[in-house]
Amino acid sequence: MSEQILFKVTVDNITIEVPAGTTILQAARQIGGTVAPPAMCYYSKLKGSGGKCRTCLVEVSKGSEKDPRPMPKLVASCRTTVMDGMEVKNITSEKVIDARAGVVEFLLLNHPLDCPICDQAGECHLQDLSFEHGASNTRYEFQRRTFKKHDLGKHIQLHMTRCILCYRCVFTADELTNKRVHGILDRGDHAEIATHIEKSLDNEFIGNVIDVCPVGALTDKTFRFKNRVWFLKPMDAHRECPICSGRVTLWNRGDEVFRVTARKDEWGEIEDTPQGKPGWICNTCRFDKKQSSDWVIEGPRAISRQSVISQGHYAGKVGTHIPNETFSAINEGRAPHLLMDIHNESEVNQTNIHLSENEGPSNGSTFNQNINNA
Amino acid sequence: MGVKLLLEKASVPGIRSYDVYRREGGYAAVEKALKEMSIEAIVEEVKKSGLRGRGGAGFPAGMKWSFIAKPEGVPRHLVCNADESEPGTFKDRYLMEFLPHLLIEGLIISSFALGSNDTYIYIRGEYAWVATILEEAILEATKNGWLGKNILGTGFDCMIHVHRGAGAYICGEETALIESLEGKRGNPRIKPPFPAIQGLWMRPTVVNNVETLAAIVPIIKMGGEEYAKIGVGRSTGTKLISACGNINKPGVYEIDMTISVEDFIYSDEYCGGIANGKKLKACIPGGSSVPILPANLLLKTAKGETRYMNYESLSDGGFATGSMMGSGGFIVLDEDQCIVKNTLTLARFYRHESCGQCSPCREGTGWMEKILQKIESGKGEMSDIDLLWDIQIKIEGNTICPLGDAAAWPVAAAIRHFRDEFEWHINHKELAQTSNFGLQHYADPIHVPA
Amino acid sequence: MSLQFNKEQMTEFNRLVAHYPEGKQKSALLPVLHLAQDSFGGWLPTEAMDYVASLLSIEPIEVYEVATFYSMYHLKPMGKFIFEVCQTGPCMISGSENIIAYIQRQLGIQPGETTKDGLFSLKLVECLGACGYAPMMQVGKIYKEHLTKDKVDAIIAEYRLQAKA
Repeated sequence: MSEQILFKVTVDNITIEVPAGTTILQAARQIGGTVAPPAMCYYSKLKGSGGKCRTCLVEVSKGSEKDPRPMPKLVASCRTTVMDGMEVKNITSEKVIDARAGVVEFLLLNHPLDCPICDQAGECHLQDLSFEHGASNTRYEFQRRTFKKHDLGKHIQLHMTRCILCYRCVFTADELTNKRVHGILDRGDHAEIATHIEKSLDNEFIGNVIDVCPVGALTDKTFRFKNRVWFLKPMDAHRECPICSGRVTLWNRGDEVFRVTARKDEWGEIEDTPQGKPGWICNTCRFDKKQSSDWVIEGPRAISRQSVISQGHYAGKVGTHIPNETFSAINEGRAPHLLMDIHNESEVNQTNIHLSENEGPSNGSTFNQNINNA
Repeated sequence: MGVKLLLEKASVPGIRSYDVYRREGGYAAVEKALKEMSIEAIVEEVKKSGLRGRGGAGFPAGMKWSFIAKPEGVPRHLVCNADESEPGTFKDRYLMEFLPHLLIEGLIISSFALGSNDTYIYIRGEYAWVATILEEAILEATKNGWLGKNILGTGFDCMIHVHRGAGAYICGEETALIESLEGKRGNPRIKPPFPAIQGLWMRPTVVNNVETLAAIVPIIKMGGEEYAKIGVGRSTGTKLISACGNINKPGVYEIDMTISVEDFIYSDEYCGGIANGKKLKACIPGGSSVPILPANLLLKTAKGETRYMNYESLSDGGFATGSMMGSGGFIVLDEDQCIVKNTLTLARFYRHESCGQCSPCREGTGWMEKILQKIESGKGEMSDIDLLWDIQIKIEGNTICPLGDAAAWPVAAAIRHFRDEFEWHINHKELAQTSNFGLQHYADPIHVPA
Repeated sequence: MSLQFNKEQMTEFNRLVAHYPEGKQKSALLPVLHLAQDSFGGWLPTEAMDYVASLLSIEPIEVYEVATFYSMYHLKPMGKFIFEVCQTGPCMISGSENIIAYIQRQLGIQPGETTKDGLFSLKLVECLGACGYAPMMQVGKIYKEHLTKDKVDAIIAEYRLQAKA
């Protein structure tokens, strides 16, 4: 084997040696922690991805040992390869922090902020990004962009208003299927993901677009409105699948499997299989195998302590059934003091209305309609 | 009377046809280059000429040529950028419409120098009749042995193909142009790799503007050194300026870059002064993307020196008090023009033309347009001006391609130089709907932030 | 498939594709879409785009992506003559707004609409590269420049006459 050329690169004052050809982002990820710039569109397993969202912009304060001049503009760390002796500033650069705050504001400009009814909430990269780099208020005072609804078939739900046009799903279809049927239509601020004529996405591997979507634009219809991810317990599991690796994460509550996803690493990307290939999973594993008996459970999935998912310690008793204990029983006889009974205050909270029966983002009128139909 | 290198023969009747063009000395440069010069010598002449890209960025053409990779067995391509879409710019159209053979001549020499056997002209879709003119000229040139196999017995094969775009300003950006030429959406590529290494069909590619390629002809004819003697400093040779707006004589002019801005606007040889006896208010000297300048900073630099029509002088003072040569789209605004409205139409243009790939440009251009619309329609608040300023800062330099900068600069410059007019719009909402700020601006010292 | 190029159009198609190296036939997509639009009634129904995809051996979505990106392709039926009036800066300062308003009044339609007789559509477009000859509009492949109200009247009359012939 030939000698690998190593380049020294310093990110936020931490120096590391990486093989030539490594991007700044990958080098920073090797260092880890806050040194790694956030990435909304880049996906290391997808060829051609990256460069578009501009959240991973960094300042190159020294180009290389040979040419120490700083780069004139901030660069997309996901698509810029390191040079020997390069010095990069991520969170230590005020310029970067400013630019990133700008990018977050742009990404949220037309975003509906419908997190309360979005299935991605809790594992949404845009939520994390806004939390870390965004402002608490928007300065945008105009009507937000809307799109004509597109039905992508029985498995995948598209909410175009939430899309940040990262193109990951397009690259996924290019990579995993031999016949892409969805793409980016129109241009500029009206560009959208669509199929043009309504077509369902039904390639056996197309479900992976759900896993790569950084926001709630593409979600699992079989999981729609069924539960919140932080109430679920992620378990690694596998099965003998004739099509894919069969290595998945089950999202359980009690014994019930609420959804199946591929296994994701700390950057939110699909983990490699032991054979070193990306662990994409097939639609059968994802959408049809919803019984615990379909799977061999390996054990709990490690989730970052920062994630809201790891906050839900519902050990033991929490199953799918409504608990038998009353509040007062749990509180050792003390009855809860109700400020108001929300079920009496708002029709939205009536228990006989099932959220899953609503199409798309809902508001009061949607619920009223359901009540009238019921 | 200035030197004319490109438009010298433009007024010869029938110059569009091959026979007349040839009779007037056309294709002599091809003969000279292919028969008497080596590839290295041609590139050397272009380097010596100091010719800078005429598309807007002003990058030295000879240097761009020398970057092209030459891997064994991989075809290389020259692409002529005729996607002229920068508001205020219509010089390439003029050149192609009236002197198609001049462009073809330049293309043959450049293709030879770069080793391109298949050269493409990417012309904007709307110039359909110009595309037809070019195709006819190519046919004539082929019939007469200037294109095709074994040109002039040199063993060099070359074909020129005309490719019509379909309405997208962004395709003037070279990587978007290449994508479009490959039959895709005009999304600019993320660089590196640069086209010189991996361009059209991942092959080494050079993309040059129409005027740049036409200028190769006089450079070969007179030699790079002679060409460099015309003009001043790093602004060598001649430049086509397309003048429009409120002037007496809009049109395409060839200048030798030693003329002052004032002479260019007021002399009868060029713009012929402001139309209808009005006064000059402002000017966008290099196509809509470059900063607008108020009259006083247009005619004189901040140091009080005369401003000239060349790369260095127009950008004297940086963006604080200067502008850019850009593509040579010279837009003149008279005293009746409203800066807010003008900025709004430009913001709308950039929103419409943003490809939508990267977030600052996709979202920011639309946001700026909405705020400008709000101010223009009499609903503006004072804080909107600062907000606009902040948005343009967040766009500039943070996008994949220069469209973000191009959208940010006009807004920045309008606020920088005409903040008082924006404020007047906000303070006099009703009045602003029916009347105009006019030249009130000039009663006060010009507000120029450091 | 009912939509197909006739013999003449097929010759043109082959000429367009021949400009590009073998295996790079997708490059001909933009010119071929122009041809399809001219051949199939001035707009691109889905069927036409699918037909183009099959001719160039590419996926239909690749055609949809491109056709929706570029402003010159019409994805819905348009009038026989489309008045594409420039509204960008240089035209605006030369009075394009008055011209647009006048055309609206003369044709009785708003931008984006087509007259009831199907003859005229009005579309506002961004810079067409004729700033020195402003205000201007494009009708089909022709530029109509230095527009005045009288000129607009003459143009409308000219096309009405052409439609009758």
